[in-house]
Amino acid sequence: MYVAVKGGERAIDAAHEWLAEERRGDPQVPELSLAQIREQMSLAVNRVMAEGSLYDPELAALAIKQARGDLIEAIFLIRAYRTTLPRIGHSRPVETSAMRCDRRVSATFKDAPGGQVLGPTFDYTHRLLDFKLAAEGEAPVARQAEPTLAPTPRITEFLNRDGLIQDEAHSDETPPDMTRQPMEYPADRSTRLQALTRGDEGFVLGMAYSTQRGYGRNHPFVGELRIGAVEVEMEIPELGFDICIGEVTLTECETVNQFMGSKTEPAQFTRGYGLVFGQTERKAISMALVDRALRWEELGEENVGAPAQDEEFVLAHSDNIQATGFLEHIKLPHYVDFQSELELVRKMRREVEGSMKEAAE
Amino acid sequence: MTPLLQVRDLTKRYGARLGCGDVSFDLYPGEVMGIVGESGSGKSTLLNCLAGHQPPDEGQVIFDTRAEGPVDTLTMSEPERRMLGRTDWAFVHQNARDGLRMGVSAGANVGERLMAVGARHYGDIREQAVDWLSRVEIAEDRVDDRPRAFSGGMQQRLQIARNLVTGPRLVFMDEPTGGLDVSVQARLLDLLRGLVREMGLSAIIVTHDLAVVRLLADRLMVMKSGAVVETGLTDQVLDDPQHGYTQLLVSSVLQV
Amino acid sequence: MTAMQHDPAYNFAYLDEQTKRMIRRALLKALAIPGYQVPFASREMPMPYGWGTGGVQVTAACLTPEDRLKVIDQGADDTTNAVSIRKFFERTAGVATTEHTNEASVIQTRHRIPEAPLGAGQILVYQVPIPEPLRFLEPRETETRKMHALEEYGLMYVKLYEDIAHNGAISTAYAYPVKVEGRYVMDPSPIPKFDNPKLESGAIQLFGAGREQRIYAIPPYTQVVSLDFEDHPFEPSKADHDCDLCGCGTSYLDEVITDDAGGRMFVCSDTDFCAARQAEGHRGRLSGEDAA
Repeated sequence: MYVAVKGGERAIDAAHEWLAEERRGDPQVPELSLAQIREQMSLAVNRVMAEGSLYDPELAALAIKQARGDLIEAIFLIRAYRTTLPRIGHSRPVETSAMRCDRRVSATFKDAPGGQVLGPTFDYTHRLLDFKLAAEGEAPVARQAEPTLAPTPRITEFLNRDGLIQDEAHSDETPPDMTRQPMEYPADRSTRLQALTRGDEGFVLGMAYSTQRGYGRNHPFVGELRIGAVEVEMEIPELGFDICIGEVTLTECETVNQFMGSKTEPAQFTRGYGLVFGQTERKAISMALVDRALRWEELGEENVGAPAQDEEFVLAHSDNIQATGFLEHIKLPHYVDFQSELELVRKMRREVEGSMKEAAE
Repeated sequence: MTPLLQVRDLTKRYGARLGCGDVSFDLYPGEVMGIVGESGSGKSTLLNCLAGHQPPDEGQVIFDTRAEGPVDTLTMSEPERRMLGRTDWAFVHQNARDGLRMGVSAGANVGERLMAVGARHYGDIREQAVDWLSRVEIAEDRVDDRPRAFSGGMQQRLQIARNLVTGPRLVFMDEPTGGLDVSVQARLLDLLRGLVREMGLSAIIVTHDLAVVRLLADRLMVMKSGAVVETGLTDQVLDDPQHGYTQLLVSSVLQV
Repeated sequence: MTAMQHDPAYNFAYLDEQTKRMIRRALLKALAIPGYQVPFASREMPMPYGWGTGGVQVTAACLTPEDRLKVIDQGADDTTNAVSIRKFFERTAGVATTEHTNEASVIQTRHRIPEAPLGAGQILVYQVPIPEPLRFLEPRETETRKMHALEEYGLMYVKLYEDIAHNGAISTAYAYPVKVEGRYVMDPSPIPKFDNPKLESGAIQLFGAGREQRIYAIPPYTQVVSLDFEDHPFEPSKADHDCDLCGCGTSYLDEVITDDAGGRMFVCSDTDFCAARQAEGHRGRLSGEDAA
């Protein structure tokens, strides 16, 4: 006699136990602490904060630990936690020109006030596995210089002063919050930037790369890339002025892109913009390129049908939590649907075989 | 007799540049109007404004509707205009790909307009599709093939069938023979002439090819730099052009 | 079947009250315009998109402490995802749960409508992956919204026409499109077309698509017509067998492979329905004498 498969609940519990055991790995090996992850896996922590849209290195480290290092899973944990948090208020816009830069490079000018600072970058490392790292006990110390206290004004502003780059529209309007309003197309630029900054790094990178290869090319130079800490200020209504509530590390990228002009309008460069939590340089540059590609209509360019120019395509597919959930849901049971198709195919086959038989007779 | 279409002072600008300016004319039922001019003369802009594909800046496009008589289509709501676009109006694009669904069969391409206005009997839809395919000289056994597998001339004939299946009263055509080989053009023109006469269609045909209007159009409008420079009966305009530009157009044809 | 205390770390049914109110407003709008897809600010839930986040949010917005909840997936109460969602609400809402269709006041489902007729006082919540019935004909949201607004459904029929032209029959077996109250074409979620006639029901039917941020609804006793051609009418088909456990000849069946020699059996996909029939003494081809 047949008994239908039961015990989904027991199976789930057992799977969770096994998962917990696997997460810990060999108990002979010391357990990772959150501080270790936060300090030594800091770029993973940064990515989780950026795509999780929550600036909290400690929580990001916890999420990475819980997710066994699967960063998309960690981002998912952060996102799910984030939605349960109450909204106390909005900060003032952060002033990135007042950033304390750890890194600041420009591809457009050899030097500029405030100077170029390489900072802690992989850029010129030779990608040779460093077997010394396999041994423990390393605590390298970098040489120190006096901090430059000179201001580091944004490089694109030098161009802007001469009218050489397009000025962006200023607005004091509160931008829409894409986590509190359903996405509607066409989206405004602020919504696009929100979607890109929390978008999957790989997806945004791929889109940006496609523009460089000719699918909506926009001739970008990195006008400036800066990484560092900025103060977050909030207006407290009871006080009537802004107070600093903390600091966040950001990566900002402004690209200087192909110029445009006409007989009546003098030629100007245009820009793309990227701003991402943490040291997340690849993402910020990618974001700036995709932002610029999406601005084709506003800048009067032709839509060449490139994926990166297609707002609905980019925004609807950039979120890795949406993507991974929907992708993976196809492993859930679908036997009802499958059965329905199975019956239809059988019926269609019977009909064709029937008519072939008739034709033969 | 009420004109089928009355166009009044139609103007379209692109910034400072004039697309077409102050165009007025009447089109009577059963009449075919040709609009000729070189590229950039504003003839395609005019056609797109007439057909509701582009909003003009000024003017009226008054169509004699079945239900309410003459109505300015520019003041219609979008659903009304779209309804008109799939019933009484038809638009034949220069490039058949712009007017066809390349991913579905020829039969579905012809049937779509029928289904859009409520046809719900598969057998009837298919029968009409087959009938229309034969009227545009496409064999019945191609009904389930996709237009990708068709030659350029066949695609254009399919587009015409797809447009005419609902018995429209006004057809807009944008260079219907453009991009086709000369021998294919001749066959298509012949077919179009037959259909126009047989169905008593009213049509507005934009072309730079004077041979096309000579064959199809009752009346002619010559455009240059967005303005109409000469109008009249086709034979009259072509045989005895008054405006210098028309004379140039006609003579350049004769030289070829 | 037991009510429990809900986990005090979370608000009742997980979502905060403001979010629930936002969802309820969307639900009321959806009920007022049957079949119309209402955009809503879907929240990020602690379960993956595509796994019922839309249905879970709708259920959360509907639940009251007095409700009795049933959760099914593929018609069964004990499939893993149904178990997981039921546990979620047991923990966060502490509501009573049940496997019996007639006892439930709220039923969340994926891919099936229960066999037993639903009635007044019951809410059926569907999990929806892709709410847009025109999506695979026209991928662009801006375009499909316009098509709905202008009631331009010719393209939908083009698809059905193509099916018949190439396959001799309409080849949509599930997520079979319907027209609601003569106006909106709607995706009934991936239920088998066998279930389509049950969309005309005495219960309130709510559809939630979390990832796609849409909610839509069918109010009780609303006309729901499956699209078809006059000469190729809609057929709510099922496997041509009886249930091998309860002998039912009219229920939707799962096919189960029983050995590697081509042996198979058919059993009701609605496990509660099948168990109830067996309890009443109905027997199928393969049920033992002592099956009850």
